[in-house]
Formats: sequence, structure tokens, C-alpha cells
Amino acid sequence: MPLSSWFPSKKPQGAGEQKGAAKQVPDGIWSKCASCNKIIYQKELRADLMVCPQCGHHYQMTAAERIELVSDPGSFEEYGAGITSVDPLGFEGTKPYVNTLERAKGRTDLNEAVVYGTASIMDSPVVIGVMDFRFVGASMGSAVGEKITLAAEKAIERKCPLVLFCASGGARMQEGMLSLMQMAKTSAVMERLGRNGIPYISVLTDPTTGGVSASFATLADIVLAEPKALIGFAGPRVIEQTIGQKLPKGFQRSEFLLENGMLDQIVPRSEMRERLGTIIAHLAPPTPVEAPTSGEVS
Amino acid sequence: MGKYAFEFERSLVDLEERLEFLRNEAADGTDETASQVDQLEKQIEKLREITYSNLTPWQIVQLSRHPNRPTTQHYIESIIDDFVELHGDRVFGDDSAIIAGLGRMDGRSVAVIGQQKGRTARERVQRNFGQPHPEGYRKVLRVAKLAEKCNLPLITLVDTQGAFPGTASEERGISQAIAVNLAAFSSLRTPIVTVTIGEGGSGGALGIGVADRVLMLQNSYYSVITPEGCASILFGDSSRAEEAASLLKLTAEDLTGLGVVDGVVSEPLGGANRDPHWTAWELKKTLVAEIDALVVSDSEELVEKRYQKIRSIGVFMTEQGETIGSPLQMPDLVFP
Ligand SMILES: [Zn+2]
Repeated sequence: MPLSSWFPSKKPQGAGEQKGAAKQVPDGIWSKCASCNKIIYQKELRADLMVCPQCGHHYQMTAAERIELVSDPGSFEEYGAGITSVDPLGFEGTKPYVNTLERAKGRTDLNEAVVYGTASIMDSPVVIGVMDFRFVGASMGSAVGEKITLAAEKAIERKCPLVLFCASGGARMQEGMLSLMQMAKTSAVMERLGRNGIPYISVLTDPTTGGVSASFATLADIVLAEPKALIGFAGPRVIEQTIGQKLPKGFQRSEFLLENGMLDQIVPRSEMRERLGTIIAHLAPPTPVEAPTSGEVS
Repeated sequence: MGKYAFEFERSLVDLEERLEFLRNEAADGTDETASQVDQLEKQIEKLREITYSNLTPWQIVQLSRHPNRPTTQHYIESIIDDFVELHGDRVFGDDSAIIAGLGRMDGRSVAVIGQQKGRTARERVQRNFGQPHPEGYRKVLRVAKLAEKCNLPLITLVDTQGAFPGTASEERGISQAIAVNLAAFSSLRTPIVTVTIGEGGSGGALGIGVADRVLMLQNSYYSVITPEGCASILFGDSSRAEEAASLLKLTAEDLTGLGVVDGVVSEPLGGANRDPHWTAWELKKTLVAEIDALVVSDSEELVEKRYQKIRSIGVFMTEQGETIGSPLQMPDLVFP
């Protein structure tokens, strides 16, 4: 067996529409960390919530892994699992869009790049949606836009906070303008959510770019991010081409956004569940606190 | 001489230039040149028809970028009376890639916003080629809120290759600035009509483009990504933009078919640049009619209708296997 097969492929998977260098989970028993180059063991990586034990690099997680990470055990109930994309333009570039979709489905056991449903986080009921980068780079087409919209509508109906874990390479180019218009659609429903007084928390994970970052992802009441996630509108390569120079290290990373006032907090994965629970409890207390009985001070 | 021409219109423009030359000669007045002029005119008319009546998507993209194509400023000067420009986002600065202000159209006060690419080389640089920064979108929001407050119909004219992809844009939160406009426009309690007059480039266009009525000039395009960007992703070669332009379904005709666009404003044969005044007149007629139809609605009803319109855009399959929305073509090839 060639030595190289032990190492993660440098080439990011997914279609070309992803922007930036999203780092995939290494496979094999052990491999070199894509960030610090040190040897890491799969088992150890999994035990550490897909965070490199050496350098703290946060690898991407699947939707299922994230839901398990933050929601109370057994509380998640999925909705809209069968909603899926069609090929509205008859798009055939280097390969037909239908084939891209088929392959993504085969590789992920998902029908689309976002999973949503009801759950509880530290005993608070929520509607939660999670994007999965493995599915066509979690690009936003009509089906993703519809599911995000349905998640927000579910939160309005249930009168409970909406939590969205965002990740996306941007627009689903193969759906043309229908894809772009999902930005308008998801933003419009978030406006409704706000007018209904429903708290909305988004968590930006690596990478959150393009149309998703310029729509629902940045419209939350509270915007959190995982450490060092790539977050931005234009991809770094496009910017470098435009300005004709290399971007500084850390540009468009979570820490850069926090410094520029675009984020509320950067939250390490190991603290995510608890932090979300605390925030939700502040924004949407589960039950009215009983008035203290007279004379007693707690 | 040496008028700007794309390759596909080169031979036509050559003939037109020759005609101009002959006309000058004919002014001195031999019968021979007069009859030559006659003949040439007929020939040109035919060729013009052939050149422009079945434009490919890529040719439309080219026309939409014609250096002499009328800009937002041209339309404002042509159809808006007593225009008062409003500057600045009140937070960071004034973005000259976007013009915003108040004026009167056909006797009615309106607010007008549009990206301005610039008409001369110097103005283009000063306007950053119509590619806005976050403060541009925040200026838009401020003026849109003013329109809402004073019940002024809002007209937006889209003409940009996209929001500016630079470091300052990212530092100042271009994503958030666009997102906030998408949300705010969706619930703005005043009529909004948007017209893509040239290039409708992605989120940077949509950032001023959420509306009750979405219109396009005949030779404009609206796309999720520039044909060059798409070609570079698909084929690793931005020079294959012509192919990408066909794949993206970015013309007014295709987008009407997809339910993204509500109406098309005619241009003279050969494009708006051939008769900017005629085009402005057409645009004005359309805008006046659209706004007349919208102002009668109660604002609550207007916002609800706009929301439902936006809510329903998209083509996908439900859990029950039903296709929602209308695919553009080849329904038999739709994913099973
Ligand atoms: Zn590492």
C-alpha cells in the first residue's frame, strides 16, 4: 500500500462551488492534521468531537454528529427529511446536476444539505437546523432555502427559539437565479421570525460563505462561530485576484470577524451545548419563575 | 469613427460607419452617392435585423456591459424631475457606487436607488465600476426606510457585476449589510419596483432588488454568478464564459419563465445604447404603470403579497414526491 493512502487527500471533496480551503476530516487509522501537520489518531479525534487534540483545529462535522453534540439525548425529531432538489434548469456543465445530486445522496445518506427538526437543548425546546458541508458543499439551492424557511416557520408555530448551524460554499450555481433568490426567501422568513418575537441564534462553522453568509446566517439575534472558521461573502481567492495581493493570515476567520464586530462570541465545540443552553435560557425562559413566597429571600 | 462594437456586430457597425461617411459625401450632392446611400440603408436595416433579433445569452451579456449603455444616472436625469441626491450611510461614509435620492416621476414623489457604473473612464474609477461596499447597502437601507416613513414608492435600478470583493468590504461586513437589506425590503411598507438595467450580478444586485415587481430591460442579465466566474469554476477557464452564460439561464426571457422576473422592458433593436432616450421613455412608461397599480394596495396587504411572492420562489420536490414550482425545460428529465 502506498504511504500516501494513509494521509488525507489534499483535494477537498464536493463540487467546485465551495469557496476557500475547507478542511475535511482525515480518514484512516491515523493521519496528519490538515492544520498543524502532527499525527492524530482517528479514535482520539472522534473522542475530542472532531477537534485536533494537538492544535485545536475544528474539523467539519456531519449534521447528525452536530445534532447529537448539542441536543438532549433522544430529543431530536426530524421534519422534511424527504425534501429534495430537482434540476430546474436542465444544468449540464462538466457533469449533469442530477448526477451531482445522486452522488451526494449516495455519499451522505442525506436528501439535501440541511437537516432540521425539533429538539431540546439543556431542557429548552428549540427548532434546530444543521447544514452538512458534505452535500454539494452545503450550497443553497431551492430545497435548502425551503427547509431553512420551514425551520423558521416551525419555530414561529412552536413559539420556541431557532438555532441554525451554518456551513456553506455559497449558492447552488446549478440552480441559477432560483438559487440566488433563496437568499431573499430565507431573509424574509427571518424578518417574520423577528416580528413574531422568536429568538434566533446562528452558529457559523467552517466555512460559511457566499449567499448563506449574506442572508439568514448573519441575520440572527445572536451570532456565534466556531474557532478559526472561514466566514465571508467573497471567497479568499476571488479577493486576492481582485486586489492583486495575498491576504493576511487569519483574514475572514472567526477571530477576524469578532474583532470587526460581526460576531457575539467564538465558542469552542466542547462548550457549545452549554453555551447555547445558557443563551436560550436567558432569551426564552422555559417556564415563568414562580414568585417567591412572602418574607423568604433566596 | 471607430465606434465600440462587439465581434458579433462588427460587420454591421462597419457598414453603419460607411453610411455615415457616404451621407457626408451626399451632402455635397451627386445623385450617384444618394442612390448608394439608399442601397446601403436597406442593406443595413436587413443586417441589423439579422444581427440582433436572435441574440444568444452571451451576446445579451455583452450588450448589458456595453460601454455606452445608459446608466442609472441617465435614467434619473431622463425620467425623474427635481432629483435630490442623498449621500452617506451616517455610520462610515458615502459609497459613490450607489446613487440614492428623492424626486418626482410623472407628478408623483418617489425614492430612487441604483448602482452607478460611470460613463467615462474617470467616472468608472471614481464609482468603483458600480461595485458597492457595505456603506452603499447601508445608505440604501436608510433611504428605503425614509421612503417607507413618507409613503414614497421606491424604485431601484440594478446595474452591478456584484458587491466589491475586497478586504474593506469583508472587514465592514458586506454579508451582513446585504442580508439586512434583503430582510428589510421584504417587509418595507411601501411599494417597491426594481429594474435590472444592465448587469444583475449576484448578491450585490439582490441587495437592492427585493421588490413587489421585478423587471428587466430586454438586454440585461441577472445571475447568481458572472458567466466568467461560473466558467472558471466549471471548466477552470473563465474564457469559456459564453458556454456558462447559456447554462445559467440568465436572460430576461428565461427568468420570466422561471417566475423570478415579472416583466421585460423593451429596448431598441441593437440595445439601449443605440437610443438611450427612447429606452428611458419606455422605462418611464412601465414604471409609472407599475407604481400606479401598486399604490392602491393597503400597505399590510402589499407586504403580505410581497412575502408570499418571495416565499414561493424555488423549484424542489416535496416529501410526497410532488414537484413545487415550474422547472424551465425538459420536465421529463427532472430528477425522479
Ligand atoms: Zn492539528
